[in-house]
Amino acid sequence: MIINHPLLGPRDAQEFTYLGDAGLMNRPYWLSETALQQFHDYLYLRENPAGEHRELWFHEQGDRSWLVVTRNTVTHEILKVELARDVALAQKAANLVQEPSQ
Amino acid sequence: MSAVSTQQVNRLSGGLVDRGQPLSFRFDGQSYQGCSGDTLASALMANGVRLMGRSFKYHRPRGLLSAGSEEPNALVELRTGGRQEPNTRATVAELYDGLDARSQNRWPSLERDMMAINDRFANFLTAGFYYKTFMWPKAFWEKLYEPIIRKAAGLGRLTGDADPDAYDKGFLHCDLLVVGAGPAGLAAALTAGRAGARVILADEDFLLGGRLLSEAQPLADIAGADWAGQVQAELAVMGNVRILPRTTVFGAYDHGIYGAVERNADHVAAPDAGKPRQTLWRIYSKRAIIATGAIERPIAFENNDRPGIMLAGAVRSFANRWAATPASSVVIFANNDDAHQTARDLQAKGVDVPAVVDVRPDAPEIPGIELLAGAQIVETAGRLGLRSVTVRMANGKTRIIPCGALAMSGGWNPNLGLTCHQRGRPVWDGDLHAFVPGQDLPVGQHVAGAAMGAMSTDAALRSGAEQAGEALADLGFTVPAPELPKAEDAPVSLTPFWHVQGAKRAWLDFQNDVTVKDVKLAHQENFTAVEHLKRYTTLGMATDQGKTSNVGALAVMAELTGKSIPQTGTTIFRPPYTPVAMGALAGRAVGKDFHPTRLTPSHAWAEEQGAVFVEVGNWLRAQWFPKPGETHWRQSVDREVQQTRRSVGICDVTTLGKIDVQGADAAAFLNMMYANGFAKLPVGKVRYGLMLREDGVAYDDGTAARLAEDHFVVTTTTANAVLVYRNMEFVRQCLCPDMDVQLISTTEAWAQYAVAGPNARKLLQKIVDPEFDISNDAFPFMACGEITVCGGCRARLFRISFSGELAYEIAVPTRYGDALMREMMAAGEAFDVTPYGTEALGVMRIEKGHAAGNELNGTTTALNLGLGRMVSGKKDCIGNVLSRREGMNTDDALRLVGLKPVTPAQSLPAGGHLMAASGPVDAAHDQGYVTSAAYSPTLGTAIGLGFVKGGAERLGEQLRLVNPLEKQEMLVEIVSAHFVDPEGEKLRA
Amino acid sequence: MRYSALGLIKEALTGHKGWRPQWRDVAPQSHYDYVIIGGGGHGLATAYYLAKVFGAARIAVLEKGWIGGGNVGRNTTIIRSNYLLDGNEPFYEFSLKLWENLEQDLNYNAMVSQRGILNLVHTDAQRDAARRRGNAMILNGSDAELLDTDGVRAMYPFLNFYDARFPIKGGLLHRRGGTVRHDAVAWGYARGADMRGVDIIQNCEVTGLRIEGGKVQGVETSRGYIGAGKVGVSVAGNSSRVMALAGMRLPIESHVLQAFVSEGLKPFIPGVITYGAGHFYCSQSDKGGLVFGGDIDMYNSYAQRGNLPVVEDVVESGMSLIPALGRARLLRSWGGIMDMSMDGSPFIDRTDIEGLYFNGGWCYGGFKATPAAGYCFAHLLKTDRPHETATAYRLDRFMSGHMIDEKGQGAQPNLH
Repeated sequence: MIINHPLLGPRDAQEFTYLGDAGLMNRPYWLSETALQQFHDYLYLRENPAGEHRELWFHEQGDRSWLVVTRNTVTHEILKVELARDVALAQKAANLVQEPSQ
Repeated sequence: MSAVSTQQVNRLSGGLVDRGQPLSFRFDGQSYQGCSGDTLASALMANGVRLMGRSFKYHRPRGLLSAGSEEPNALVELRTGGRQEPNTRATVAELYDGLDARSQNRWPSLERDMMAINDRFANFLTAGFYYKTFMWPKAFWEKLYEPIIRKAAGLGRLTGDADPDAYDKGFLHCDLLVVGAGPAGLAAALTAGRAGARVILADEDFLLGGRLLSEAQPLADIAGADWAGQVQAELAVMGNVRILPRTTVFGAYDHGIYGAVERNADHVAAPDAGKPRQTLWRIYSKRAIIATGAIERPIAFENNDRPGIMLAGAVRSFANRWAATPASSVVIFANNDDAHQTARDLQAKGVDVPAVVDVRPDAPEIPGIELLAGAQIVETAGRLGLRSVTVRMANGKTRIIPCGALAMSGGWNPNLGLTCHQRGRPVWDGDLHAFVPGQDLPVGQHVAGAAMGAMSTDAALRSGAEQAGEALADLGFTVPAPELPKAEDAPVSLTPFWHVQGAKRAWLDFQNDVTVKDVKLAHQENFTAVEHLKRYTTLGMATDQGKTSNVGALAVMAELTGKSIPQTGTTIFRPPYTPVAMGALAGRAVGKDFHPTRLTPSHAWAEEQGAVFVEVGNWLRAQWFPKPGETHWRQSVDREVQQTRRSVGICDVTTLGKIDVQGADAAAFLNMMYANGFAKLPVGKVRYGLMLREDGVAYDDGTAARLAEDHFVVTTTTANAVLVYRNMEFVRQCLCPDMDVQLISTTEAWAQYAVAGPNARKLLQKIVDPEFDISNDAFPFMACGEITVCGGCRARLFRISFSGELAYEIAVPTRYGDALMREMMAAGEAFDVTPYGTEALGVMRIEKGHAAGNELNGTTTALNLGLGRMVSGKKDCIGNVLSRREGMNTDDALRLVGLKPVTPAQSLPAGGHLMAASGPVDAAHDQGYVTSAAYSPTLGTAIGLGFVKGGAERLGEQLRLVNPLEKQEMLVEIVSAHFVDPEGEKLRA
Repeated sequence: MRYSALGLIKEALTGHKGWRPQWRDVAPQSHYDYVIIGGGGHGLATAYYLAKVFGAARIAVLEKGWIGGGNVGRNTTIIRSNYLLDGNEPFYEFSLKLWENLEQDLNYNAMVSQRGILNLVHTDAQRDAARRRGNAMILNGSDAELLDTDGVRAMYPFLNFYDARFPIKGGLLHRRGGTVRHDAVAWGYARGADMRGVDIIQNCEVTGLRIEGGKVQGVETSRGYIGAGKVGVSVAGNSSRVMALAGMRLPIESHVLQAFVSEGLKPFIPGVITYGAGHFYCSQSDKGGLVFGGDIDMYNSYAQRGNLPVVEDVVESGMSLIPALGRARLLRSWGGIMDMSMDGSPFIDRTDIEGLYFNGGWCYGGFKATPAAGYCFAHLLKTDRPHETATAYRLDRFMSGHMIDEKGQGAQPNLH
C-alpha cells in the first residue's frame, strides 16, 4: 500500500508501523467516576468496521509523524491522510468549546 | 545443417532458432543437441523425445501439453547440487550449453516407473478415497499408510544443500506497466512510449512478441516476429521505456504495486560471479495494462493424456517458432476454427496431417486436408507415446488413425489471473464461451488483447493501443494513436465442447490426475460448490494452478447440476501467477544478512580483547572477555563479577535506548509517560522510572536524567528502545498535542559505558577533566551532569548503578566511544580494571535483585515486581486506571522474590516451576516460576529471581522447584531479591 | 453411510455408484432449537457435539457461502497443545486429545498426523521461556522435550547451522503436535452432524438477529426468517460484523493472515518447525507442498488478501532458516481474515442477550482448537455453563483484569 503523507508525499506503507483505531486518541479522563469502564471501552472495544476506518499509522522509518489514515478495510482504498497532531489539536479545541469547565 | 539436424529428427525448417549456434544438453543422462533459441521442451521435441514426465497420482507417462508457462506435464529437475531446482517446466527452461535435466517422480526410470502400478488401481484411488480409508487399525495411519503416501507423493526433489546463488531486489516506478509483450502489449507500450510516458514492458518470455512469434500469418506485409522486433528496437532507444524480458509479473497488489521476478541468469549454467540469479522487482505503477493473452483449453476424452497429445496452439508454436514437431504425423481435434490454422501451418512445414477431427458438423473445409466434421476422438493408443487415435465419425462408425501426435483445442480462455488478485470476479462471455475480466479490476488496471477477449491479432493490436490511450489520458497525457499494421482478424468461431460423452478416463487436470469421473463423484457426494470440487478432487491445485483445467471441470460440473457455467461458479486466481523461486522473494536478506547487525563504537576494541559476542536484538554485544587460561565461560564471568565488585569494571551499555526530551512541558510529559512522578525531579538528578502499557502492565524501565529545567535524557532497555520512543511520540502527538515538548532518539548518538565498583570514582577522576568535581559530596548517588573528559571532550555523567556497586554511566558522542573505552582501560590499569560483558552484567543485576527482560515479560505488573507503590495515585499516567483492575490486584498475586537452593551446589533452572515443598506436582498446584538464575560468585551459591504467589509474605519458606522437562526437582528457599548489599550502602559510597 | 475398507473395495468394483452425499442439502425449517451461525470448522463441530455428546436435536448450521470456506479452509493445518498459561493449556490439551481420536470418532480420515512441532530458540532468554512453557505443558498433561543445538541438528540437518544471523541454540519439541488435512475436518464434522440429523444450510447468510425483551427469537437470513431457541455465533473473521447485528461491540479486530504453499516436493521436512528469530513456520503436506506462514499483514482488513512485504518477510525468514529453500518455488498464497482479540486468546461465552452465545476471537489459532471449541461451545449452549477447560474465555475478562496474554503484548491485536 501507499500512504500519501501530508508532508512527505506518497510513501510505501512498509515505512509505517500500524497502531489501529484512531479512537485511541480520545483517551478518557482518569478521575471520571466511570473511568474504569471508560478506559476499558477505550482500550478494548475499538472500531472494527468492514468499510471506512480511521486509523493510526506511525511513520517509524520516516519523519516519525503519527498519521490518521482513513482507509477502506475491504478495498484498502485510502481516502484521507491527516497529521494526527493536527487532528488532536482540532479535537482539543472543539472539546474546549463544548466543555469549558474540564 | 550437419550432425545437429540429422539427430534432430523432428526439426523443421525456418523458425526462430539459430542453427549456427548448436547447444549440447542432457536429459536423463542422454546427450542431445539443440539450438540457441530453443527451450528444453522444443529441443527435446526436435530430438524426437515425447515422454518427459509422469503424472502425480497415477504416474501416467506424460509429454508436453503446452508450449508455455501453463505446462502441467513436462516438469524436470534442472541443474545439480545446491542449484538443483525441482519442477521446472521444460517449456520455459531456455536451453543453454551443458544444460542437465532429469525427469522426476519416477523410479527407477522414466520409461519403467514402478509407481505406475497406481494406474492399475485407479478404480480404488478415486477423488477423496483417502478420506474414507486408512483408519484401521488406528496406529497404522501414521506408522504405515502415511509414510507410504508421502514417499509416493511430491514431485521433484530439493537436495537440502544451500542455494549458492544470490538474488536481488529492486524498486521500479512508472506511469504505465504493460504486462505481456504480445501484439496487445507491444501496441500499448508503443503508444505510451511515443506519448512520453514512463513505461515498463515486462514479458515472461525471452523474446518479445508473444503469439506473434508463433503465428505464420503476417501483419500486413511483415512477419509478426519481425514487427515485434521493430517495435522492440524503437522502444529500446526510448529513455522513458524499460523493457524487461524474462520477467514474470506474478502479483497485483494494492495501490498499483506489482510484484515481478526477472530471471537474470536462468538461461545460463550459473550466474556470473557477483551477479544475481533472479531479481524481485516491486513495481509502483500509476496504471497497468494486463496483456497476458489467452491459454488454450484441452478437450476431455478417453486417454487424452498420452505423450504426443498437445494443445493445438502449442503445436503451432513449436512448428512456427521453434521449428519442431512432436511427430511426423499429427491429427487435429477441435471445436473451433483456430485449430485449423495449426493444420495448415503443419502442412506448410511438411508435416503430415492425416485428418482434422472437428466436433462441429458444419466445420469449414481445409484445402488439402481431410476434415472429419461432426466427429469425436473416443480412444487413443500408445503407452509411452501416442500411436493412434480412434475417431467416432459423424455416421457413428469408428476409424483408427495412426499418428504420433494429436493437436487438440477446446477454445481459448483469456489469461486473466492478474485481474483477480484483488478478489475480482471474472464474468462469463457467452459469445467467446469463456470467462473474461469483470468490472471489479484492481484500481488503475486495464486489460487488453486476448486477455480481455479480443482474440484476433488485429483486435489485440488495436485494443492495446486503445487501452494505453485511455490509461494515459487519465494521467493527463496527450496520446496520438499509433499506426498499426492490419493483421488477421478472424472472428472467434467455436462451438462449446468440453468432453466426449461416455469416456471413462478423460483427463481435466493432467498433473493432479483429475478426470471427468472424479468430477462426477464429487457431484455425487455433494461437493458441487466450485471450491469443494477443487478441494475434494485436488483440481487446479497442481503447479499450473488449473490454468488448463479449471474451466473444463466447471463445465462438466455445470452439466451435472443442470446449471450454467457462470451459475456453477467462477475461477479466480491468487498470486503468484506462476510459481516464484523462494530465493527471489528472500533476496539478499539471508544468512548473516538476514537482519542488519548493529555494532557498538567499542566493538572493534572488544574484538581485540577476544570478546565472545551475543546477539541482542540486532545488536552484537560482548558476552564475556575470556582471559588466557580460562577454558569455561563461567571462569571468565565469575572473574569479571569478582573483579568489578572488588575494584572496578567497565561495561558497554551503548545499546540502551536514549531519548532526548526537551521543552517547557518536558517534566509534565514524563509524568504522563512514567508511572512514578518526575515533575519534582531537581535539575542534576536522575530518577528510576517504570513505564506501563495502557492496560496497566509494566513494560519498560529505565532512568530519566534532568539536565536542565526543560531538558531530560531518558534511557530505555535495549529491547524496547524503539517501542518506548514510538509510544512517547504517540502521547506527544496524539494525546498531548498542546504540550511544549520535543523528542529525538539519540540511541546512536551517544556511546555509553557503565563504570562500576569501589574504584569507579577513582578511575573516572583520571578521565574527567579536573574542573568537574565528582566526589561523593559534589556528585552523589543519582546525580547527573554535563562534563568534559580527556581534555575537553563533551560527555554526560550519570551516577546510577545496575550492579549495586558505586557506579556511573558515562556517555560521549558515538565517534569518541572507542577512544574513551581505551582511555578508561588505560586509566584503570592501576586498579586492575576489567571489562565485563552481558553475562556478568546479568549476574550482578540478579545479585542486586533488579528486574530485567525475563521479569518484564509483558504480563507482569508493578505490583508483581514489588514496585506497586511506584504507580502514583496523585497523577494520571499511561496505564494508571487499568492497572487498578481487580484481577490484577489479588492478594495472592505473583510477587518477585529471591530464590536460593537449599543445597548450595545445585544450579537453578530458569523456567522451572515452583510447588509447595510437599504435595502434588501439577498445574493446579503451581505457585510460580523462576525467571532468572545465575551462579553468584559473590555468595558462592546459585541464586535466582522468580515470581511466587503472595511471595512477599513468604520469605524463608521452602518450595520445590520442579523442572520436569529436564527431570529436575530441588528444594529452594524464598529470600529477599536483594542478595547483595540490601541497604544500598555500596552504591552510595 | 459408514466408510470401511470393504465398502471402498465394493464401490471400486461396482463403479462407485453407491456413494451418497456426505451431507444433505436441505431447505431451512421455520424453527430450530439451536441455530449455529457459521459453517466453518467450529460451527460444524459445535453442531456435531451438540447432537452426539449432548443429545440435542433440531439443530441447524447456517453458512453464508459453502461450508468449510472460512479459516478451516485456509490455514497451515497445525495442531498443538503447547501453550503456557493456565487459561489456555488445559483447553488445548483437551483439543489435542479429541484430535487423537477424531478419525475413529467421525469415521473420516482427516489425516491427523502427529509429526512433532519444534519451536526453535536462539537466545538464552528464549531458552528460559521455552523451559517455563515446556514445564507448564507437562504439568498440564501435555508433552515437551527441550533440545540443544545438536538435538535440533539431528532432526533437521538442513537448517542453517553455519552462517545464521541468529544461531539455533535449541528448541522445544512437542511430539504430539502435528498437522491435519484441514478441509477434511470440516467435511468430516459436516458428515457426522448430518448423520445425526443436523441441517446444514449453505448459501444462507444471516442478515439480522431478532431480539425481543432481551431474548433472542431467531435469525433473519437471505433465505427467510428462522426461529431459534438458542443462537450460537461462530463466524471468526466476521465476528464484529455479526455481533453488531445484536448491537454488541467486541474486543476484536479483523486482520488478514497470509499463508503459502510451495510446489510439490519429495519428502523434505518431516515435522513442523517454527523459527524463533523471524516470522516463519513450515511443514510439508502429504501431497508434498511445503505449507508455511508468518506474520499477519498488521492492519485491519476484511479483504482476504495480503500484500507483498509480508510475503518477502516470511520467505526471508524461511531462507535464513533453511538455505536450501531458494530453489523451491512458492506456488500459491492466500489470505484469511482473523479475529484478532485484545489479548490473543479466544472467547466462548454467553452474552447479555438471553439465548445468544458467542465463540470467536481465535486469532490465528482457531484451527487447532476446532474439536475442543466445538465441544465446549456445545457444552455452553446446552448447559449454560462453561466447560471446565474453557472457563477463562469470558467476554468480560478485560473489565475484570483477567487477561490471557500468551505473548505478553497487551491490548495490541496485531502483535498477538
